[in-house]
Order: sequence, then structure tokens, then C-alpha cells
Amino acid sequence: MTDQTAAAPGASSLPGDITADDANTKLKRGSRFNGSAVVMTLYLLFLLVPIYWLVNMSLKTNTEILGGFSLWPQDLTLENYETILTDPSWYMGYVNSMIYVIMNTVISITVALPAAYAFSRYNFMGDKHLFFWLLTNRMAPPAVFALPFFQLYSSVGLFDTHIAVALAHCLFNVPLAVWILEGFMRGVPKEIDETAYIDGFSFPRFFLKIFMPLISSGIGVAAFFCFMFSWVELLLSRTLTSVDAKPIAATMTRTIGAAGIDWGVLAAAGVLTILPGALVIYFVRNYIAKGFALGRV
Amino acid sequence: MKTDNQKAWFLVLPVLILVAFSAVIPLMTVVNYSVQDTFGNNQFFWAGLAWFEDMLGSERMWNALGRQIVFSGIILAIEVPLGIFVALNMPKKGFWASFCLVLMSLPLLIPWNVVGTIWQIFGRVDIGLLGYTLDSLGIDYNYTQGFYAAWATVITMDVWHWTSLVALLAYAGLQSIPDAYYQAAKIDQASRWAVFRYIELPKMRGVLTIAILLRFMDSFKIYTEPFVLTGGGPGNATTFLSIDLVKMALGQFDLGPAAAFSLMYFLVIMVISYVFYIVMTNLDKEEGGK
Repeated sequence: MTDQTAAAPGASSLPGDITADDANTKLKRGSRFNGSAVVMTLYLLFLLVPIYWLVNMSLKTNTEILGGFSLWPQDLTLENYETILTDPSWYMGYVNSMIYVIMNTVISITVALPAAYAFSRYNFMGDKHLFFWLLTNRMAPPAVFALPFFQLYSSVGLFDTHIAVALAHCLFNVPLAVWILEGFMRGVPKEIDETAYIDGFSFPRFFLKIFMPLISSGIGVAAFFCFMFSWVELLLSRTLTSVDAKPIAATMTRTIGAAGIDWGVLAAAGVLTILPGALVIYFVRNYIAKGFALGRV
Repeated sequence: MKTDNQKAWFLVLPVLILVAFSAVIPLMTVVNYSVQDTFGNNQFFWAGLAWFEDMLGSERMWNALGRQIVFSGIILAIEVPLGIFVALNMPKKGFWASFCLVLMSLPLLIPWNVVGTIWQIFGRVDIGLLGYTLDSLGIDYNYTQGFYAAWATVITMDVWHWTSLVALLAYAGLQSIPDAYYQAAKIDQASRWAVFRYIELPKMRGVLTIAILLRFMDSFKIYTEPFVLTGGGPGNATTFLSIDLVKMALGQFDLGPAAAFSLMYFLVIMVISYVFYIVMTNLDKEEGGK
């Protein structure tokens, strides 16, 4: 029991004795039967219970949801999912979201790669100011930009297209991609560049053949973050679309009708928006932590 | 070391053009509106700084700003210590480490309106586990009516949503500490607290700065989650800056005041973030100097 509490850093009042050290070593060995496991279990429960509740709702009929309270579906039904997956006005929402998210990821990474290289390797006039200016766009509240974006994209005839949303999301994704990639590129020794140039590589060939494979994990992480922030954003994507490129997040407001809220379908739609994220996380799981640190560990 | 090379500008050019298109043009539109007045029909009149004076004297804006600062302060005060605490307890490697990483990242990848929906359902007294449980315990809980219930729900929601970000960053920082440091501490018979205070915390300083910066910026522009959950209510209790702004610009179409509001809002975020940025680049320098 002493071990368990000592392993928790909150228990600072404990005297610094052998038990604390032991607990620490145990922690490092990855022993699961101590206070850490309890803390992690509680934290993960806190994260997962609300999600479980959404899944639970999505598997119930509306009569059951409103009729009584139960911890799991008594009368399991996939009806809600069926409603969504058979109706084009529903599932096209997912398709639209995927299209602009992928477009945005490709655009962001493509323009961010050379820029990040420049920032990580060279000093040039105004580089620091430029870098900060890019960051200010990551800080910009989308609410400030919603109306001007609407007017800008309407005037150039891009309103309600996927590319409009993809470009609008570049506002915060390009700075983020530059930031992450710059962090990863900084970790690659400059001697590699110099050796390649001496060996007669041109810049584009060096960049594509040698440099990009070296920072492939960085590119993966940056792509993951662009995907993530474009996928979760609602305000801009909703403002810039009406029918043809309407994202799933905006489609979900349909469940609120005159007869009240269709809880079952709303929950099922919510569960389906979690799935793509869960899949993507699985692929980058080993780099997530470093990525969140923007490559700066 | 970096070399001087003005040609690097060519590499930055694509980013510059793209961001100029998606940031500078819209921002100029906002500036344009902020100094003009209109009576409809697309006729605009020069209004000078009247809107700015208006907004600076408006109680509504100061109230929203006050709520925003309180909100950001509270969530930073909860999420940063809790995130560090969770990171310290995460398994260091192996299957369980990946397992925790994946589950912890889950809330971060849920669309923000769905985050609102999840808590909207979860907190309802009739169908939500949280609301139902609190209600059966005899606690008067209704996040659409009660001031404290609304605030508690919005804050719990944000903690649920974003603590993992802080934890993952702190975890990345912890991973970079060589084992030798811990061994040295063990030889010195350092207490758990001393290990945390003198080894782990200094090593996490860089990533924690990033965490605080990101959490500050994002909480300061929060819109979707409270909008879905409470709609800014009850009354104006959870009307944060962005919610107020959208109400003004897209709801009431008061373009002039909304634009002036936008610019000041942006300015506040920029100034505070600039301070963070300076601190961060100094940290980078210190670490590079070692």
C-alpha cells in the first residue's frame, strides 16, 4: 500500500525513503500493479464513460431512450445506423468532410515542407517576423474570419465547394504544419545536406530522395495534425457550405426537428464521426506524443 | 548553425501566398468594416473609430471578456497539473503505453460539435448518466437552467476534451529524460518529490510551455462546444467571446461593431501569445546552448 501511494507524485508529503525509490523503479519497469495503474484506470474511465454513453444511446430506439433509464440497450437495434448509412443526404456529409479534410492535408503539407526547410536551415531577412506572423494565424479565432471568408469565397465563386473549406482550414493548419515540420527538420544534422550537395544532388532531388525519407515520421505527424484539426472544425466549414459540400457536423443539426431531438440518430451520427479519428490514431500511435510536442523533444 | 541565404524566401513563398489569401484579405475586410457604417443597400460611410469607442464602452464586451478570462484561467489551472499527474503515471513502454496513448487521444479527434453533443446527452437529467446520477443523489443539477451547473459542465467538458493534450506533451517530455538521471537521484536517495521538482519538471519546461500556449489560445477562442451544450446560456452565463461575436456578426448582422470587436479580440490573443512565444524561443535558445 505504501508503494501504491508513493508512486503517485501527488503524495509529496511522504518522507523520501527507500520505498519511494522502489516505487519509482517499479514504475519504470512498467509494473502494472501499483498506484499508477489505478490513476490511469480512473482517468481512462473518465474519458471513456461519456463516449460509452453515446454508443449506448446510438444502439437504442427513441422510445427506449425516452421511456426509461438503463445502463445498456435492452432492445439492441442498429436502426439508427441504418437511417444514416442508407440516406445519401446523411452519408454524403461524411464523404464531403473526408474530401475537404484530405485536400487540406495535402495542400498544407505540400506548401509547408519547403517553408519549414527554409526556417530550419537558413537565416533570411524577416524570418523571425514571418514565423511569428504565421503563428498568429494559428491563434486567430475562426469566429473573426467566418463572415469575411463567406464574402471572399462567394465573390470568387467558390462558395459551397470542397476547395473553399480546404483553403479556409489552411489558415490554421499551414502554420501548424510549418511549426511541426520545422521541429522535426531541426533534428536532422545539416552535414547531410552539405554532403548531398557535394555529391552533386540538385536541391529538388536531394529534398525528395534523401531529406523527405529522413523526416517521414515528421511528415506523418504533421499530416495527422492537419487531418485532426480540419476534421474537428465546424464553424468555418458550416459557414462556407450549404448543400454540395455540407460537412457531417452541419448535417447533424438536422436531427433537431419540430418533434424534438432524434437522440438515437444524433448519437449514431456522433459515433460515426469518432471512427475515422480512432483509425488514424492507431497508425501514428508511436509518434503522437512527439507530434504533440511539435517535434521539439 | 544556420547560414544566411536570402534565396530561402523562394521556399517560403508558397506559404506566404496561401496564407495571404486566406488570412490577409479577410482580415482587411474586417478592418474595412470596422471603420465604416452602413444603412443597407451596400452603401458605406466612413465612421472613423466610432465603433471601437462604442465597443470599449460596451458592458457586453467587457462581460464576455471577463467570462472568457475566468474560463481560460480555470481550465488551465485544472488541466495543466492534472495532465502532468496523468503523464507521470503513464506506462513508459510496451503494449500498455500504446494502449493508453490511443485511448487518451480519442477525445482530441472528436469533432467539436460532437463533443458538445456527447456532454449534452451525458448531462441530461432524463437520459444522461451524469445528470441522472446527480439527480438521484438529490443534487439540483440542470445545465440549461442553473448558472453553476452550466459552468461546471462546460469546464468538465473542456477538461475531458483537452487534458490528454497536456498529458501527451508532458509524457513526451518525460520520455526524453535519460535513465542515468533517475539512477543518480536514487544514489542520492532523493525523495519522489525531489525527483519531480529537480529532474522531471525542469526537463518538461519546454513542452509545458507549448501545452500552456496551445491550451490558452484554443480556450480563448472556444466556440462550438459551449454553443452546442448551452448555447451561451442560461442567460449570458456561458457566452464567451467567440459566441458573442458570432451572435453579433452573423445573428444580428451588426458588421461595424462586430468587426471592431474582432480586431480587439484578435489583438488580445496576439499580445498574450507573443509573450508566450518570446518565452518559448528563449527556452529553445537555452537548450541549444547546452
